[in-house]
Amino acid sequence: MKNILKSTLVLLSVLVAFTSCDNASSKSNSGALSSSAAEKVYVAPGEHDEFYAFISGGFSGQLSVYGLPSGRLFKVIPVFSQDAEKAYGYNEETKPMLNTSHGFVPWDDAHHPDISQTNGVVDGRWVFINGNNTPRIAKIDLSTFETTEIIEVPNSAGNHSSSFVTENSEYVVAGTRFSVPIPQKDMPIKDYKGNFKGSLSFISIDPEHGHMDIKFQLIMPGFDYDLSHPGRGKSHGWFFFTTYNTEEASTLMEVNASQNDKDFIAAVNWKKIEEYVNNGGGTMMPANYAHNVYDEATHSATSTMKKEVRIVNPLDVPGAVYFLPTPKSPHGCDVDPTGEYIVGNGKLSANLTVHSFTKMLNAIENNKVAGDAYGIPILNFEDVLAGVVEQPGLGPLHTEFDGKGNAYTTFFISSEVVKWKLGTWEVVDRQPCYYSVGHLMIPGGNSQKPFGKYVVAMNKITKDRYLPTGPEVTQSAQLYDISGEKMELLLDFPTVGEPHYAAGCPADLVKPRSKKLFKLEDNKHPYATLNEADAKVVRDGKTVHVYMTTIRSHFAPDNIEGIKVGDKVYFHITNLEQDYDVPHGVSMIGANTSELLIMPGQTETFLWEPKQIGVWPFYCTDFCSALHQEMQGYVRVSPANSNTPLKWSLGEDIE
Amino acid sequence: MKKALNIAIVLLVPLLISCGGKEEKKKAGFSYEKKAPTEQKAKKVESTVPASKKVDLENKGIGPISSISLPSEVDQTMATQGADVFKKMCTACHRTDKKFIGPSPKNILTRRSPEWVMNMILNPDEMVQKDPLAKALLIEFNGSPMANQNLSEEDARAVLEYFRTLK
Repeated sequence: MKNILKSTLVLLSVLVAFTSCDNASSKSNSGALSSSAAEKVYVAPGEHDEFYAFISGGFSGQLSVYGLPSGRLFKVIPVFSQDAEKAYGYNEETKPMLNTSHGFVPWDDAHHPDISQTNGVVDGRWVFINGNNTPRIAKIDLSTFETTEIIEVPNSAGNHSSSFVTENSEYVVAGTRFSVPIPQKDMPIKDYKGNFKGSLSFISIDPEHGHMDIKFQLIMPGFDYDLSHPGRGKSHGWFFFTTYNTEEASTLMEVNASQNDKDFIAAVNWKKIEEYVNNGGGTMMPANYAHNVYDEATHSATSTMKKEVRIVNPLDVPGAVYFLPTPKSPHGCDVDPTGEYIVGNGKLSANLTVHSFTKMLNAIENNKVAGDAYGIPILNFEDVLAGVVEQPGLGPLHTEFDGKGNAYTTFFISSEVVKWKLGTWEVVDRQPCYYSVGHLMIPGGNSQKPFGKYVVAMNKITKDRYLPTGPEVTQSAQLYDISGEKMELLLDFPTVGEPHYAAGCPADLVKPRSKKLFKLEDNKHPYATLNEADAKVVRDGKTVHVYMTTIRSHFAPDNIEGIKVGDKVYFHITNLEQDYDVPHGVSMIGANTSELLIMPGQTETFLWEPKQIGVWPFYCTDFCSALHQEMQGYVRVSPANSNTPLKWSLGEDIE
Repeated sequence: MKKALNIAIVLLVPLLISCGGKEEKKKAGFSYEKKAPTEQKAKKVESTVPASKKVDLENKGIGPISSISLPSEVDQTMATQGADVFKKMCTACHRTDKKFIGPSPKNILTRRSPEWVMNMILNPDEMVQKDPLAKALLIEFNGSPMANQNLSEEDARAVLEYFRTLK
C-alpha cells in the first residue's frame, strides 16, 4: 500500500514538473511573466515584506497600506472619508477631524501621499496627503497609522499640486489647481482673465510633533497649478510647480487651455520668501479655515477655526519666482535625486523636457529674461533646457528615479513605463502597463535616496485584467523589478479607489516604531474609566454619560436601567486590555452611528438616542476571545415621563 | 389557528408563572436541572478536584521568574503599591472576596508557588498553552483567558506581596 502511494506521488510530481515547464515556456514565448516572477513576489507565510507602500485611495478619500513585493493589503487608513469600521468620523472623538469652513465634509479625493524626510532621506515618521476637493492636507502618524491632523487650505480650489515635503520636512507644500477670486467674491465667470489668482501654500511642519501651520501663501497669476516637487541637494530651498491653462480660459478647457505651445514650470525660491516673511514681509489676510488636531493622550480631536492667513505677492520679493517655459501643458513635475534635473512631463507633447537647475541659476544670474507674466520674469527656454528625451511615448505624466542615473516615466496614452538615462536622454527599456498608467512610485522616490529595487505603476483602467465585478471593476497597481538593465513585470494587484501617487519606504524604518497599545496610565480622555470600580452612569438632565469598560470578555456595567426615551446617551468606553492586538468593539441596537473599535488602553464614545421603550442589547463586535459571544449587555429604556431609577450593575441582579 | 393558540398558551404560561412569587422564580421556566446536583460532586474522587482548588507548591510555572524567596514579614509598602496595581489592572476579572471572571487570589500562596503566580501574571499566553495547571484553569473558567496586562516584573512582585495580605 505504502509503495503504491509512493509511486503515485512520484508520478504526480513528474507530471506537475512537466506541465509547469510547458506553462513557463509558452508564457515566455508570449512575452509575459517568466517563471521566476512568482518567487520574487512570494513572501512566505509569517514572513514580512521588505517595503511599505502607502497608496492613495483616490476618490475613496483614504490611504491604503500595502507590502512590497507581495502586494498584500494590510490596512486602509481613514483620512478624509468616514469609516464605519473604525468609527472614524462617526465617534465623538474623531468627528472634529472632518470639520471645515463648509461644515462637516465626510469625503474627499485623496491624491498624493508623501513621507516626511530628514536630511533628504525618507524617515518614516509621517505621511502627508492632500484632499483635492475641499482643499485640505492631512498628516498620518506612522507610529499609530492614524490620521492625527488635518488643515484646511484657504484661497485654494482643487488642491492638486500637493502635498510634497521638502528635504528636512520644513514644509509640506500645497498648490491650487483652479484659480479663483482671492478673496472669493460674486463676479462674472467670463472676467476670469487677470482677475482670478492661484495660491501656493507653504505649510510649516513642527519638527517634534509634525503640527502644521500655514506659514505663507504665494498669490500667483491665474493659471492651473498641476503638480510640484521640491528641490533637493543643490536645489534645496527651491520648489517647482507645473502650470497649464496659462491661456487663463474658463470654459471648454480641453480646447481653450491647450492653445499655447508652452506653459510654465514655476520655480519658487521658498528660502528667500521665508526670509522675507520672517522679517515681517507679506500681509495678513482675513480667512476662515479649519485646523483639526487629534491628541493621542485624550484620544480626541479638536477643531479650531483660523481667521487669517499670511499672503505674499511674488512681485514684492524680487528674485524669488521665475517661469521656465515648458512645452504643452506639463503634468508631473519631478526632480532627480541630485536636484539638478527638473522633468516637465508635457502631457500633450511628444517629447520629455528636462530643465537644468544649474543653467537656471546661470540664466538668472545673467539676467537672461525673455519676458514676463504679470510681472514675473520668464526665462529663455533654451537657456534652462538640459535635454530632451525624443519621442519616448505618448502622453508622459510622471517620472521617478532609481538613484542609479535612470529615470522612469509613465505614458498614459501609449500605456507604458519607459526607462531612460539622465544626461544622455536615451531610452533604455519600455514595458507595457495594463492599462493607462498614471503615477508610478519607487520607494524613496521623492528624496535624495531612492531605493531603486521596484517600481509600482498605478493604472487608471483595468478592463479585462481581473475577474469582472459588474460595470465597476477594480483599480490596480503593477510591480516591476528594476534591479537589472531591463524592467521585469512581477505582479498585478488590485487597489482601493483610484490610486494616484504613492509613497514607499523600507519596512525597517516604520516597523520598530509601530505602536502596540496605549498605556492606561497615559490615558487622559476626559471620560476615561481607568478601572472597573469606577464604571458608572451619570445623568445630567436629558444627557446620560455611561462610563463603561471592556476586558475579555465583559462590559462593566452590562445591565443599565433608568434610561428614558428622548435621552442623549453617550457611551464612553475604555478598553482596559494592556496586551497587543486585543481591541474590543461595541454596537448598540438602533444607534444612528457606527460601531466603535477600541484599541487597548483607548477610550472612545458613541451617541445613542433611544426612541422606543424596551430592553435593548449591545455587544462586542470584534471577536476578542472564546467568550466573545458572551460579551453582551442590556439597557432598559423607560417612557420619557417614567420614574425608573438610574441603576447599573455587573454580575448581580440589578436590584 | 388552534396551533397558534396552543403555542401562545405554552409561551404565556411561564410568563404568568414568572409574575408570581419570588421563591418560585428559579424553578419556574424549567423542569430540567442544568447543573449537576452538588451531592454528586462531593462524591467524586480526589483526581477531579478542580484546578482552582488543587494544591501544587512545587510547580514554578513557565516564564521569566525562576526563583524568588519571600521574607517572613510582609513588606507593607510594597503590598500597598501592589494593591494599587491590582485595582487598576486586575479587578476587571479578579475580586478578592469571590470567584469572578477568574479565581480569587485569596490564600493563593497556600495553593501555588510564588514563582507560578508571577509567571501567570507576566507570561499568561505561554502558561495557558504549556503549564498543566494553567491549562486546566482556562478550561475550568470557561475558556476565559488570563489577559496579559503587560505589568513590569516589579509591579507583578508588588501584586504578589499584596496577595500575601489577603486572608
